[in-house]
Amino acid sequence: MNKKNTLKTFIGEIPRNLFSGFVVSLIALPLGLGLALASGAPPISGIIAAIVGGIVVSLIGGSKVTITGPGNGLVVVILSAITVLGNGDMYQGYLYTLAAIVISGILLIILGFLRMGALGDFFPSSAIQGMLAAIGIGIFAKQIHVMLGNLDAKGSIVQLLVQIPEGIFNFVKTDNSSMFYAGLIGIISLSIMVFYSKIRNRYFQLIPAPMWIVVLSVGLYYYFDVFSATDYPIDKNLLIALPNDILSNFAFPDFEKVYQLEFISAVISITLIASIESLLSIKAVDKLDPLKRRSNVNKDIRALGLATVISGFLGGLNVVTVIARSSVNVNNKGSNRSANFFHALFLVAFILLFATELRKIPLSALAAILVFTGYKLAAPENLKKVFNIGSEQLLIFIATLLVTISTSLITGILVGILITFIIHIIINKNVLLFIKNILKPNVLMFTEDGKYYVSVKNFSSFLNYTKLKSKLDQIPETEEAIVDFTLCDFVDHSVMENMNNYSETFERKGGHFEVIGLDDSKPGSEHPFALRKILPKHRVPKKGVLTKRQKFIQKISEEMQYSYEAFSDLELEELPNFGYFKTRKIDKVSNVLTNNDCTIFDVQFSEGEMIAKQVIKATMLHIHTKNKLPKFTLDKEGVFEYILHFSGYKDIDIDAHPDFSKRFYLSGKNEEKIRAFFTDELILFFESNKQYHIEATSVGLLVLSNERLASVKEIKALAYFGASLKKIIEKC
Amino acid sequence: MQKIHKILIGIAFSPNLKPNLFEAVRICNMFNAELIGVHVGEKTIKKETDLQQILSEAEVLKKPIKTVWQEGEPVKVILNTVIEEQIDLLILGALQKENLLKYYVGSIARKLTRKASCSILLLIKPSIERQACKHIVVNGLKDDKTEETIRTSVLFSKHLMCKKVTIVEEISQSELQVKVDDDKSLRKATIIKERLKNREDQRVKNILKGIDSENISIQMQSIFGTRGYSIGHYAKIKRADLLVMNAPTNVGILDRIFPHDIEYILSELPTDVLIVK
Repeated sequence: MNKKNTLKTFIGEIPRNLFSGFVVSLIALPLGLGLALASGAPPISGIIAAIVGGIVVSLIGGSKVTITGPGNGLVVVILSAITVLGNGDMYQGYLYTLAAIVISGILLIILGFLRMGALGDFFPSSAIQGMLAAIGIGIFAKQIHVMLGNLDAKGSIVQLLVQIPEGIFNFVKTDNSSMFYAGLIGIISLSIMVFYSKIRNRYFQLIPAPMWIVVLSVGLYYYFDVFSATDYPIDKNLLIALPNDILSNFAFPDFEKVYQLEFISAVISITLIASIESLLSIKAVDKLDPLKRRSNVNKDIRALGLATVISGFLGGLNVVTVIARSSVNVNNKGSNRSANFFHALFLVAFILLFATELRKIPLSALAAILVFTGYKLAAPENLKKVFNIGSEQLLIFIATLLVTISTSLITGILVGILITFIIHIIINKNVLLFIKNILKPNVLMFTEDGKYYVSVKNFSSFLNYTKLKSKLDQIPETEEAIVDFTLCDFVDHSVMENMNNYSETFERKGGHFEVIGLDDSKPGSEHPFALRKILPKHRVPKKGVLTKRQKFIQKISEEMQYSYEAFSDLELEELPNFGYFKTRKIDKVSNVLTNNDCTIFDVQFSEGEMIAKQVIKATMLHIHTKNKLPKFTLDKEGVFEYILHFSGYKDIDIDAHPDFSKRFYLSGKNEEKIRAFFTDELILFFESNKQYHIEATSVGLLVLSNERLASVKEIKALAYFGASLKKIIEKC
Repeated sequence: MQKIHKILIGIAFSPNLKPNLFEAVRICNMFNAELIGVHVGEKTIKKETDLQQILSEAEVLKKPIKTVWQEGEPVKVILNTVIEEQIDLLILGALQKENLLKYYVGSIARKLTRKASCSILLLIKPSIERQACKHIVVNGLKDDKTEETIRTSVLFSKHLMCKKVTIVEEISQSELQVKVDDDKSLRKATIIKERLKNREDQRVKNILKGIDSENISIQMQSIFGTRGYSIGHYAKIKRADLLVMNAPTNVGILDRIFPHDIEYILSELPTDVLIVK
């Protein structure tokens, strides 16, 4: 029955996926050609990767709305592999690189089976950002010369960058009409890419920008061919070369160099980048999925691996999951994997039907598309974003970027990891914290009152994030989860960013995800993702940056018309009068919410002294009552631990309410007064609400549930409970 | 171990001697047991008077203390005394890392923990005043020794007048068998978890059937984490006063390099720990 329904929906959704696949293929065609050219490989290799990827991954992959094909990130790696392995002979280098691609595909399959697909989780996020920016600069530096009609620019990334002004000068001054026209088309293409999103015309937007470039440049060729008297001014070597018989001319990988060091290093770089790019894209696309499905990352990595192996054997590039094409798919209402499949079929059709037309596209037009992509990856806005998170993140970012540009990707990312680690040590002034605890299982999860509670110990950073992640992934996103960092000395930016992602996912799927235990920490900056170091006790930040929990509390305080003070000097005068605090020393009170006589606050107190000292943080509610109360404590029957100071007094049973007496443990000195105080209405109220620990002095009530900090939701419940309780008591 | 007639405490003349002794005396009186103090080293008049001085300040012992003065290698001496005197419980003090609120077991105590034939109580915060024991956490591992351990913890909670015992079942990742990849496997994993939890609860309930646990509230909690380590983490979060664990089956050199079970707890004591043998 269920299966039938799934099939029915699937068939019902075919038309929209067909359309979405068509739109995506319009982008995939120029991008595939362009990415292959930029990689130094024959243009057709990019299309092969997209076709194989689309078919294989849509059949056996684990994600729903992603599109697969050749990726931006790999351009730089493959180009350097082809150059290095080929030793000057680009075509031979391409054959060697195909072998590297096949092997990296096998590695990906293995990683998928070992469930290590999420390689990206082991790297600090600023280092990854830096690496991606470096890739962007790499693409930009090379392609801007091609865009200006100059195929001969050579050298390292830095040299290519330095040559840009000279390149522009040459372009303006050139008397070579072929180069001039190619460059002109390049510049026009770039402006199409840049201004496309700004032109809000429905018909214009019907065709994606890269396809406009293809259509216009092919149109230009036919203009010269049919209408104009002059010949097409662009030389043949500046046009795309496609093999004459596309279906029979597959290149075959050359495995001769398998045992050489440079080959192995190429395999590692390709695998690393393919895995990171795919993972980042899958994660990002999951956030876009309107049906909120969770992708099976490892299954997807296995499928990508297999697709890469096949693509490599057919002379195609790596297959990765690509974010830009996937977003277009989602925007065009692609709803399942068939969109990816159709995109591949349309590509086959284009290649077979329009091969002649495609040969008329100038390289400079495709280069313009890549220049734009490269710029997007390395845009200065990214730099600003990273800087906002913290100056130390900027340092990591820039160091990774510079090292990657000047050496290689692997060195770059290793340096990024190392610098991040060193910065963490410097911030904490403590190496042992990391060395001693890195291998310890630092995450505990259990369910408590139907909520998932996760406690993290020692430190939480990119080094041990997978431990936390594996626990968090087991929580259904429709549930309520609380992550407690109270026992953590240090939480880094990568973890904070991921916590934010979880919180968004839970919110989207109707659950609730909250981070607690960071309110006392010193943030690296004002950004919500900034790393946090837990401050030594007693040092209250007077003017600190609010954590997400504090901001939420502030928000609900407005909703509930409570006044809120995050960092308060307030020592509630009445608190020490409660029996609960007789044996406990109050250190400080923070996050105070007040509404006439109800006060909710986080209190930090200690038990014991000297070496037996334990510091505890908990959220409590204090109600100041106008009428005099008898002293009593009320508890869940069975929880004896709060009532030590009352030991010797028996449970006061109220005969008219056997159920209440059974569930609650009520005790106090003056039994008569207490009996009189517990009216039917009050008892009914207690019976029908969550059971808290409640203590009364003559002028106030103290309400608490667990001896820990409450989540925002719990605070809301507590406030509501307090307000209702106060109303009832005042009636008595 | 369900009877405690003889309790042994090592006497080293350190600043911690007084609280250690006070705690030992209190426990002895609670169990109505005999206290045996062992000092490894020379017997001098000063040491003896110091000891008497401290004991005179403590509660009056119900049964007189027996002191053993013997020179030699501390571990050997204590282990021998344990056998000779048929000791039921060995009390050891833990050390604290400087400025860090973390406790660990020193090298001598660690050796004793591994080799002693009796149960061991590791104290992290002995104090001169009595700190009531309010919450005991016990492991509920699937193990032959567990029943004995739970019985012992019930015995302890009766004598220490502790009203709350939590039996913690650790469910390890490997037992779960389903790996969470997507929504479907997540649903499956959640169902299996629930089933495992019920199975574990049932197992513990069967053990509890044969134990008289009147007046003690016994709760069950399943946690997800690494076996042996996470129960300590749990005890710390719940601020338990005593953690009761099974004795390890056998500990080789590999176990110390790749710590598991009890070794985790010894390297970072969350609270007082009782190891039942």
